[in-house]
Formats: sequence, structure tokens, C-alpha cells
Amino acid sequence: MNFERLLIGGGTLVVFLLIWELCADFGAINPLFISSSSRIAQAGAALVADPDFWNDVRVSAREFILGYVAAIVIGVPLGLLMGTSRRLSYIVAPFVDTLNAVPRVTLLPLLIIWFGIGIWSKVAVVFLGAVIPIVISALSGVKTNEARFLTMARSFSASRIKIFASIILPGMVPFIFTGLKYAAGRALLGVVVGELYASTAGLGHMIAEAGNMFQTDTLFFGVLIFTATGLVVVALLDQLERRFERWRPSVGAAT
Amino acid sequence: MTPKLEAQDVRLAYPQPRAGTQLVALDGVNLQVMDGEFVAIVGPSGCGKTTFLSVVDGLIAATGGRVLVDGEVVTRPGPDRAVVFQDASLLPWRTVLGNVRYGLECLGVRGRNADARAEKLIALVGLTGFEHHYPHELSGGMQQRVNLARALVVDPKILLMDEPFASLDAQTRELMQEELTRIWAKARKTVLFITHQIDEAIYLADRVVVFSGRPGKVKDSIAVDIERPRPIGVKRQTRFHALEDRIWALIDEDVKGRTAADNS
Amino acid sequence: MKRLYLAHERAILGAGGVVLFLVLWEGFERGWWAELLQPLLGPEAARFQLKPIFISSPTRIARMAFDMFFVTGAIWKDLGWSNLEFALGVALAFAIGIPLGLAAGWYRRFNYAVEPFLAALNATPQVAFLPLLILWVGTGLASRVLIIVLLAVLPIAISALAAVRTVDARLVRVARSFSSGDALLFRSIILPSAVPFLLAGARLAVGRGMIGIVVGEIYGSSAGIGAMINQAGSRFETDKVFVGVLTIAAAGVALVELIRRIERRVDVWRSQVAA
Repeated sequence: MNFERLLIGGGTLVVFLLIWELCADFGAINPLFISSSSRIAQAGAALVADPDFWNDVRVSAREFILGYVAAIVIGVPLGLLMGTSRRLSYIVAPFVDTLNAVPRVTLLPLLIIWFGIGIWSKVAVVFLGAVIPIVISALSGVKTNEARFLTMARSFSASRIKIFASIILPGMVPFIFTGLKYAAGRALLGVVVGELYASTAGLGHMIAEAGNMFQTDTLFFGVLIFTATGLVVVALLDQLERRFERWRPSVGAAT
Repeated sequence: MTPKLEAQDVRLAYPQPRAGTQLVALDGVNLQVMDGEFVAIVGPSGCGKTTFLSVVDGLIAATGGRVLVDGEVVTRPGPDRAVVFQDASLLPWRTVLGNVRYGLECLGVRGRNADARAEKLIALVGLTGFEHHYPHELSGGMQQRVNLARALVVDPKILLMDEPFASLDAQTRELMQEELTRIWAKARKTVLFITHQIDEAIYLADRVVVFSGRPGKVKDSIAVDIERPRPIGVKRQTRFHALEDRIWALIDEDVKGRTAADNS
Repeated sequence: MKRLYLAHERAILGAGGVVLFLVLWEGFERGWWAELLQPLLGPEAARFQLKPIFISSPTRIARMAFDMFFVTGAIWKDLGWSNLEFALGVALAFAIGIPLGLAAGWYRRFNYAVEPFLAALNATPQVAFLPLLILWVGTGLASRVLIIVLLAVLPIAISALAAVRTVDARLVRVARSFSSGDALLFRSIILPSAVPFLLAGARLAVGRGMIGIVVGEIYGSSAGIGAMINQAGSRFETDKVFVGVLTIAAAGVALVELIRRIERRVDVWRSQVAA
């Protein structure tokens, strides 16, 4: 991280927050509409002491984790099977492609009819949002395996299981992580939309309520929690990926 | 004495369904390699050298004729033959040790035993100390040493080498040629070595087989009567140049003939 | 016969799977499977017949679609609204995203300044801002357009940024050696090389924009296809919900295909220029 980048980036952020604060404090814009950094901090402090808030966090976390984990558990093997069996991929592809073309949140009204307005309709929409990118990335991970490695393995009379475990699976890892990161965004989107649309608890529900009651500070705090979650999940996946990929040469590091 | 490796009238033709014809890649290749012999195959590019190697390894089935190893017909890859690949084909997610051990794992050899054998071969190719490095941390020459060790570790009777030094720079290539003769003197394998470098073929081999291009077949076979060990300096000697000229003339004749045919 | 199958294996298996799925579905609604299993399971078999409000059926959906498109024509008004929102939203996203991304790619310091904001927005599920937007501009057209902009602007800006970053340094050097100014350099080298990136960004933006339409409309709106789905859902008119979902799916497929075509065109043009 170079110093100039830190200075300019951090500086702009501070100036932005300051202007925001001043606009609200001196009444240039009604704080009811835009809140301000100090008000958001105060609202956050109050919420953290409130057990209802923690209940909302628990509900949202449960929806996210259940839906996302189910998407991984089903998506990775499905993509793998589609990649290894041409016939299966012919049969499943129309369904995957169709689902991929619809924003899965469109299915919410149906999911609510099927699963009610409790946590399970949200788990379902999170699952549907996340599973498609995971299937597609796992599938392309199998498909793009390098032919020269397969030739090498066949030349050593490797068994099918050996080829799978030593060549195909390790080759898939970077694709799967790309899919997982993308899917995490889709899963969070599912949580938010599901809870905005119809729910009795959860952070999305909290945001919606706050919006209805003009509690802009609470609303912003809720959005910030989602931002933080998105950042943390991707950072965790990056960490995990690095552990899996110690062998990879570091080309053009992102800085 | 039966040859270690024998190709009898090996043919390979790919059907071309669109045109309703066949693309003939190999047109009756006959070749005998004796036990412990080092044979190099040279020929113009596209003459089917590499394809022939894949047929000998059993990766591609011939459409005619047969390949025998110790009098037995080859139908698929087996531990009696091992390939040193042109582009190293090292698994990037495995260390040097893991890559060398790979062939053993495929044969079901695991654990301490596999590690010990792999380490011995790593020492033979001069990479002791690099066991836990990943391929991207190695130079091209070092990668080819790993490639060679991986093939040798399964203790094959025949080593099939597919232009292994083609992508190395000139100095590294000469160094690797010297290294290979040293390792070959120790390991005493029967070797079939594909190359398009005439000097490399002469320097390494007991016998140089010249392929003619498209479809590939054996044009001539020339014994290299230069005693071993061969210091790299032999490449500067007149008898070496004489051999080079002779082989070059054979290939040249073929290429010119083909160009003329293409133009007519 | 066998050769015919092998030649069209993909189409046959794909269509077969879909037909099987539709028949299964239809059978659940019409009670075919309940009847079939009656001798085996007795009264338990009734569980294999499902209520139409629960799952609808392919034929019901087809009939409803026919009705909505060609008899009452009720869906056209909603489609009109959704199209308007989508067009406005995506156009605005391009108008903001392209200059933003190009500037961030070209001026290092500007990039440093906007980086934290873009990163934060990228990590947030942008739909969480919807209640805020509604608080600001109400539930009308404006909030629906704005949520589309918010969702679609990032992929466009990021692809524009990537486009500038990956411009072939050799081309820039050549242009510089002819002492061309920044403006000319931009027009002659950077913009043309950016086109494929922008199209890839557009493909992502279209997907995001579709999410924006749906979310903006199902959450407190009275017009558009999403609102139609929402109302139908709350009245348990499952057939109608499915018609809406499938209409959106069809539009999504068509749009992505359209951009793919353009991409291929541009690719051809580029390789011809290169050759």
C-alpha cells in the first residue's frame, strides 16, 4: 500500500464525512433525510445495547449461513458431475441456464407461498441466488482442465480416481473460489431483498422499519453492517484461497 | 537377441469425415531398439515423431501394425515405459518431491518408501535441496530435471523423451545434454529420444533415425560411431560435422521434395 | 436411428429433460400421480395431488400467459413501465459509470480518491439502500430508476477502469512518439480498445439492472412487472406469478444474447483491423 494512495483515499473519505456532518449540523439539509456520521455512530451504540437488534443479527446470519452452505454443498458436486458427465450436463443445462437468466429474487412471491414468511423463504432465496454461480464456476473449473496434465496422468496409468483427485480437483480450486466470492454477494442480496419484501425479523426488516419511521441513522447503520459483512466474507475467502494456493506464482499483485 | 522395443509396420490414419478421406500420420514405421540403446529420432516438423512416441507409449492406438516391448504387444501405457514430456507438464500445485512421487503414487507406492525413492532420483538429477520448491520457483532447465526424475522414478525399462530440451535456451540445452548423458550412464535405460536438433541427436544417441515428413516413415538409420564418454567438445570435431552434414542432407532432400510437390 | 440420436444428443436430452419436468409438474396439479399410486398407497396417494394455488401447472400458466398478452393485454402496461425504468436506469448508469471509470483509470490520484467509495459500494448489497431512496424520492418512478442505477453503475465503472488499465502500452508509446496529445490518444487508442471491456461490463450491468427492476417494483410500487408479480403473489394467483417470472427470464436471455452478438461483431471487426 503506497503512502500517496493511503493519503488521498483516506483524506477524501474524511473530507466527505466532515461535509456530511456539517451539512446536517448546520441544517443545510434536514438530518432526517441524510443523518450524519455522528448520529449514525450514536444510533449504532444504542442498537448494540438492544437485545432486539441482536435477534435481528441472529436471524439474518442464520438465513445467510444456511442458504450459502446449502448452495456450496449442492452446487459444487452438481457442477462437478455436469463437468464429468456430458449427458447429465445436457439434461441439467436448460434448467441452470433458465434460472441464471432470472434474477432469483423474482421468485420471492412464490417462495413465500411455498415456505411462508419465516426464515425458510429467505434461506431458499439465498440458496437459489448463490447456487447458480457456484454450479457454473465448478463446471467451468472441470472443463478448463489442462489437457497436458491429463495426458501426463494417463501416461503414468493413473486410475480414474487418481486423475480426479490429483488433477481435476486441484485444478478447480481457483474457479470455485471465484464462484464462492460472487455467490457471497448474491447470498447477501437474497437476505436483504427477502427481508425487505416480507419478514418479521432480521437486519433487512430493521432497515425497512427504520425507513418507514424516518430513522435514517438506524437505516444507515444497518446498511453499514451489510457492507462490513460483504467485506469480511470476501476477505475470509481470500485468506482461505491463499492457503489453498500457496503454489501459485503471484502475478501482477493487485496493488 | 530380441530387441527391447520393436515397431512393426506401424500405421496411423485419422478419418476425415468431412472430406471422406484419411489423414495419414504414420505410414508403416519399422524400428528396432536394442536393450540399453539410445536412439534419437529426427525429422522435419510435422513428420509424426511425437505421434509415434505416443503410439509407443500406448496413449494413441495404431490403426495398423504393432509395437512390441520385450516381445509383448503394447495396448496401453504401462510402467515399463515412461515419458519425459516436451513442456515438463509438472503439476503446479505439487512440490518437486510431490511431482517426482506422482508416477509412484499412480502405481500404488506410497509413504516413506515412495519418498525415499523420489529423493534418490532428485539427487541423481542434481536437485537436492529443492524438494519442497514449487515448479514456478524453478528455471526451465530445473523443471526438465524434475520431469526426467519423475519418469525415472518408476524404474521403466524404456524412457521415451519428447523434445524435452526444445524450449530451453542454447546454453542450458547443452548443459542438459551433458547431464542427460551422465544420468543415462548411471541409469542404463533404453531411450527413444525425439528431437528436431540434429546436433543434439548425434551428441546423445548411439543411433540416429531420420523420419521423412508427412506421412511419417523411417527414411534412414545412421550409427553414431563416437566413443563415450563424449565431452561437449566433440560437437566441434570434423567427424561430428560430417555426421551432421549427412543427416542434414537426408532431411533437406525430403523437405525440398515436399516443397516441390506442394508447388506443383 | 442411433446415428440420428448421436448427432442431436444434446438437443434430445435437453428437450427430454424439460418435457419430463413439465409432465411431472402437470401431473402433480392434475392428480395423475395420485391416481397412479392409488392402488399402491391407498388414501395416502392423495398427497401426490397438489393445489393449483400452490404450484400452478404448465398448461394453466400457458393459458394465463395467452390471456395476459393477447386477450386482456394487461401485461403490456406493466412491461412498458419496467422497460422505461430499465432503459432510464441503465442509460444513467452508463452516463455516470463510463466517465467515472475512464477517469479513474487514467488519473491515478482520482482513482485513489474514489477507490474507498467504490470498494464500499461494491461490498454492500446495493438493494439495502432502497428504503433510503424511497425515503428521499418516494415510491415512484424515481426510486425505481435510482436503484437500477445503483446496481448497474459499478460493473460499468469497473470495466471502464480495467479497459484503460490494460490498453496495450506499446500502442500508447507509438502514439506518444508521434507526439499526439492526450485528447487524440484517448480518441484513437483508448476508446477503441475499451469497447470489448465495456461490452463485458454491459452484460453484467444488464443482469444487475434486471435485479433492480424486480426489487424496486416488488418493494412498495404499484406499476411494472415486479409489482404485478407482487400483487399476484399476495392474492395467491400463482399462474400469474409464473407468467411474470418467465417473462423476465425471457427478457434476460434475449438481452444477454443481444450483447453477445454485438460482442462477436466487435471481435470480428477487431481481428480484421489487426490483420
